[in-house]
Amino acid sequence: MSSYVAKPTPPNQDKRWKLVDATIRRQGQQARGLIETLHTVQEAFGYLDEQALRYVAMSLRVPLSRAYGVATFYHFFTLKPAGEHTCVICMGTACYIKGAPQLLDAVQRDLGIVPGETTADKKVSLLTARCLGSCGLAPAVVYDQEVAGKVSTSAVREHLKKWSSHDA
Amino acid sequence: MTPEELEQIAEDERAAQSQYKQRVNVCVAAGCLSCQSQSVKDALDQEVNRRGMKDHCQVKGVGCMGLCSEGPLVSTSAGVLYQKVGAADSGAIVDSLDGLPAARLVCPTDVPFFSRQKKIVLENSGIIDPERMEDYVAAEGYSALIKALTEMTPREVIDQVTKSGLRGRGGAGYPTGLKWSTVSKSVGTKKYVICNADEGDPGAFMDRSVLESDPHRVLEGMLIAAYAVGASEGYIYVRAEYPLAVKRLRIAIRQAERVGLLGTDICGTRFSFRVDVRLGAGAFVCGEETALIASVEGKRGTPRPRPPYPAMEGLFGEPTLINNVETFANIAPIIRKGGEWYAEIGTEKSKGTKVFALAGRVKNTGLVEVPMGISLREMVFEIGGGIPEGRKFKAVQTGGPSGGCLPTDCLDMPVDYESLAKAGSIMGSGGMIVMDESSCMVDVAKYFMDFCMTESCGKCIPCRVGTYQMHRILTAIGNMSATQQDLKMLEELCDLLKHTSLCGLGQSAPNPVVSTLRSFADEYRAHIEDHRCPAGVCGAQLVGETA
Repeated sequence: MSSYVAKPTPPNQDKRWKLVDATIRRQGQQARGLIETLHTVQEAFGYLDEQALRYVAMSLRVPLSRAYGVATFYHFFTLKPAGEHTCVICMGTACYIKGAPQLLDAVQRDLGIVPGETTADKKVSLLTARCLGSCGLAPAVVYDQEVAGKVSTSAVREHLKKWSSHDA
Repeated sequence: MTPEELEQIAEDERAAQSQYKQRVNVCVAAGCLSCQSQSVKDALDQEVNRRGMKDHCQVKGVGCMGLCSEGPLVSTSAGVLYQKVGAADSGAIVDSLDGLPAARLVCPTDVPFFSRQKKIVLENSGIIDPERMEDYVAAEGYSALIKALTEMTPREVIDQVTKSGLRGRGGAGYPTGLKWSTVSKSVGTKKYVICNADEGDPGAFMDRSVLESDPHRVLEGMLIAAYAVGASEGYIYVRAEYPLAVKRLRIAIRQAERVGLLGTDICGTRFSFRVDVRLGAGAFVCGEETALIASVEGKRGTPRPRPPYPAMEGLFGEPTLINNVETFANIAPIIRKGGEWYAEIGTEKSKGTKVFALAGRVKNTGLVEVPMGISLREMVFEIGGGIPEGRKFKAVQTGGPSGGCLPTDCLDMPVDYESLAKAGSIMGSGGMIVMDESSCMVDVAKYFMDFCMTESCGKCIPCRVGTYQMHRILTAIGNMSATQQDLKMLEELCDLLKHTSLCGLGQSAPNPVVSTLRSFADEYRAHIEDHRCPAGVCGAQLVGETA
């Protein structure tokens, strides 16, 4: 017999929890809504921290281990906050053939970080993507949600310089 | 919504469209959007407004026109296609509507890239506005659904699909009619239809384009499938990396719900169906059907042994039909024109057309739809326009990380499921990447192994450990430090993974290695025996490759 469990209250007064609650409600507070809910949290807060994972797990009545397992299984979820800007370099086959490794190499040297990291001044996060589906425009780079095609090493360097010098 | 009401929508839309004597279509699919096609569309809008032509000239955002490498693309009612259009060119294009084409921007359409194509799946793409259902309805949209619901029994629908010879476009090529018939015969309290839009293959973007250019077509296919197999609920599992496709799908679902094409008692029949979008979260293995089901259920995307097949026990333990985006996009024309019509296209065992994403070292990159059985040579040298910069063709890679590299002597082979499999590759979902002499095949094999190693879900040991070991050996070959013994071990591992892995990911992970070992053994030898890379790629250690 299932006993009624009261829905936990959000960790704090932040209005963004309302969005999360709406998703949880839409999924009928059921375990099957876990991935959808994590998507909403990440969209609202930018990343998934322990507090958010605990709240989602409690609300959907799944063990915290399962929420953590799902959050770390999928590449799309991140447990760390991103920098002010993100630079995603596509490493899909077409981009790889057309010089994405050289782009990545240049960016790594300029920023001094590897993919998945953020610069010490929290300005730029560097990520790689499996494939953006912009293969016709390879190599492709995403600067803050905006896809740029046929990117050259000098172009990506130029763009990053603008970010780091801007309101420094 | 009754059939008459739908016909009314179509008529109203056709009447509204006939008011416009002139039309300018701007591609607003992701490829051209990333070349600022939105600003081109805005500029054209302004220009038309400024000249007071708004009443008879329509500026429309449409789906993919195919030739992504030359975007942004704009086509006009005068029948001219323009390439690499900038916002500043809006004046010239509006001028050309009443006069001569703006010569400097014209993209020739009498070239093989356009003339060799045969469009079924993409027939509306580049013509209709993907965010307006009326436009789709005016182009005979949803008429196949009406026909199926009002004139055909579920059995007859399945018969037509079987007759068409359509095979799954996700890669494996399982006969669609047979799959539908199995699900329809399965017993369950509820049945589900899932559309697999988790296009994880790097180098493939067909599904993204179809969803961005013609989302209603996919919904219509799903609706017909649901009617045929007796399902009442559906999910579209789409990559979160495709925000525009997700947005347009959601718009399409809302529009269809509003007019009653989704919901209860559709078209006055007792057929009810509702669809929800589920976002993938970046796991390649979720393209495998049992892993996909786990993911829709909110779990980690790990596959499970089959049988039971999803057709018997799928989502939430109920019979489930899973088909790829392109498979569903083929359904409406098959029902509209009949299975025999479709079966006339293509080869004996591979019917119809296939959409390919042509990319890599080839002049024309983009999306093409060709009849099955076309030769690879035609694909690369006629449609693709050959290799740029006067370099030499080396290989064409099909099927992504599960496929193989086909060398020069395979060029005259027809493109169909059987021929590709015989040559050591697979049809896959339709990514086709051309490589020239600047690519090292050992490096390419290592790239795909790195992909499979990272994407292995870790459930079964052959895949989890095997891909790691294979990647280690390929890295050693790339560093010129491998021995003959390593090569032997690599070959043994290929065999082991193929036969003992749990799901398709592990079973097909050795394919890129097997196919390059077969066709480019000399390159492996050069690395191991002579410690040199013929293409000059390996040795220059690339940082962060394994990250």
